[in-house]
Amino acid sequence: MIGFIIHRVMQAFVVMAVISLLVFIGVYAIGNPIDVLISPDATQQIREDAIRAYGLDQPLWKQYLDFVTRLLHGDFGRSFVYNMPVLELIGSRLPATTELALAAVMGATLLGVPLGMYAGYRPDGVLAKTIMAVSILGFSVPTFWIGLVLIFTFAVQLGWLPAGGRGDTTTLFGIEWSFLTFDGLTHLFLPALNLSLFKFAMMVRLARAGTRETMLTDTVKFARAAGESEWTILTRHVLRLIAIPIVTVFGLELGSTLAFAVVTETIFSWPGVGKLIIDSISSLDRPVMVAYLMLVAFFFILINLAVDLSYAALDPRLRARRA
Amino acid sequence: MAGLMESTSPFGRFWSEFRQNRIALGALAVVAVIVAIAILAPWITPQNPYDLSNLVLTDARRPPGFVGSKGFTHWLGTDAQGRDLYSAILYGLRISIEVGLVAGALAFAIGVTLGTFAAYLGGRIEALIMRVIDLQLSFPAILLALVLAAVLGQGKGPLIAALVTAQYAYFARTAHGAASAERSKEYVEAALSTPLSPRRVVFRHILPNCLPPLIVVATVQIANSIALEATLSFLGLGLPVSEPSLGMLIANGFQYMLSGRYWISIYPGVALIVLIVAINLVGDQIRDQLNPRLRR
Repeated sequence: MIGFIIHRVMQAFVVMAVISLLVFIGVYAIGNPIDVLISPDATQQIREDAIRAYGLDQPLWKQYLDFVTRLLHGDFGRSFVYNMPVLELIGSRLPATTELALAAVMGATLLGVPLGMYAGYRPDGVLAKTIMAVSILGFSVPTFWIGLVLIFTFAVQLGWLPAGGRGDTTTLFGIEWSFLTFDGLTHLFLPALNLSLFKFAMMVRLARAGTRETMLTDTVKFARAAGESEWTILTRHVLRLIAIPIVTVFGLELGSTLAFAVVTETIFSWPGVGKLIIDSISSLDRPVMVAYLMLVAFFFILINLAVDLSYAALDPRLRARRA
Repeated sequence: MAGLMESTSPFGRFWSEFRQNRIALGALAVVAVIVAIAILAPWITPQNPYDLSNLVLTDARRPPGFVGSKGFTHWLGTDAQGRDLYSAILYGLRISIEVGLVAGALAFAIGVTLGTFAAYLGGRIEALIMRVIDLQLSFPAILLALVLAAVLGQGKGPLIAALVTAQYAYFARTAHGAASAERSKEYVEAALSTPLSPRRVVFRHILPNCLPPLIVVATVQIANSIALEATLSFLGLGLPVSEPSLGMLIANGFQYMLSGRYWISIYPGVALIVLIVAINLVGDQIRDQLNPRLRR
């Protein structure tokens, strides 16, 4: 078991190193940031000073080595545009994204799993077909389009909810949060709904497929033969059997929300990390892009590692085979 | 006669079952109609929306039903450049479908080849390829496409490259799973014991038996790449302005939506949604029909 953990952790390190190289090279290929940073009519002297100040005159491998060294010291560089440490910049945007992602994933799970189980329990009913139709919409309609429709309906036509921004925030543990004020909640509602639809559809499908398959198994037959009510069967047996994939997806989705939030945050002008990355791509703010990608990669590797390790801990067969 | 044909060929059997689901059948018809009008766009639209000399600025941002200075009715209104939206949507559909199909086909070819050969070769090469693919799958496709589109720049080629890179892994994963299962079967052993070349065994014996799950993935991925392309174009990282796909039409209309001029964004969006949903409905039915676990 310990050997397996060490093996996996080392693998994660190798992957991080490879990703850092790919990200660095990929980002290096985007345009020339110096053209964005200083005006075209700046003198040659100012130009060269700026290039030296940002280390852009060094060869690529030297820049990469410097970059890795700084990274290992926890220094992600300074944003060209905001002129502040990147880590601080991303950290200041993280609470907005976190609260949006949590609201979306929790809402999707709490609503999607029961509805999906019902759709799997009575696959031919009218309600089940309606649920599935909604889930197909949520699955296939691009997030940005749903966002537009939500803004048009609730902000422009009905005027019930604001179209963008974070609204009033309150400070808790030294961090600004929107969900603690009424105004903040009204601002949070539409983007969270927008972000959750895809996850809702996924939860519905997962729960439906699992329930459909589980309902055909002997477990359910025996439970019925033992005289248990359908409600007990669904909540006590089926829910437990389909819980493992749902919990896995819940964890993974929380991670991928970071990526999907890019679209939602852009549409709703939600000042989170996703909007930051889109802004920094268009302004060629290299340090921010690199740091963001590295953090997302790190995050995903961490999640995958956790999933792998918990599977190994839960499933004795995996433990025996890999040890 | 027709009944006989249906019961003999696997495709005939598949089709007769498919036909029983009216929703899927309707969706298939919708897909066919959309593809047809997209192909016929130059002949059934009143103007070429990309020909700037055709556009009259005084006709810009007119509501649906407005009769323009060229004498024809703009049934879906006009956009900020005075473009007839009906024409722009049909041309936009052309681009979206083209990009989706090309990206889907390339991703299919690359992914399936990689996945099948990994399963066939086994050992360290298989482990390495699949490890890379698993890693990529754990990364959200949209983020990957976003970064690649930003790195590679604008244009159809870079966009398709970004879409293919983001999506080939799904095909590789599926092909690998199916091919690994086939690899251990006796008919493959038998074929390998003959002097047939390994490549022939992979492509003529193993691959055809892996097709059912791959068809399901292909339908979903074509819809996905159309949606992904629209998203990238919406964020300004897709096609150049000279070739507006549906995503860009929607993005251009977004700023006017807040002032109540909904049609510039809404109608291209409706066309996009109808296309994607219809493809997904067809894919859903195929998946249900090919899933052995739902057959008792």
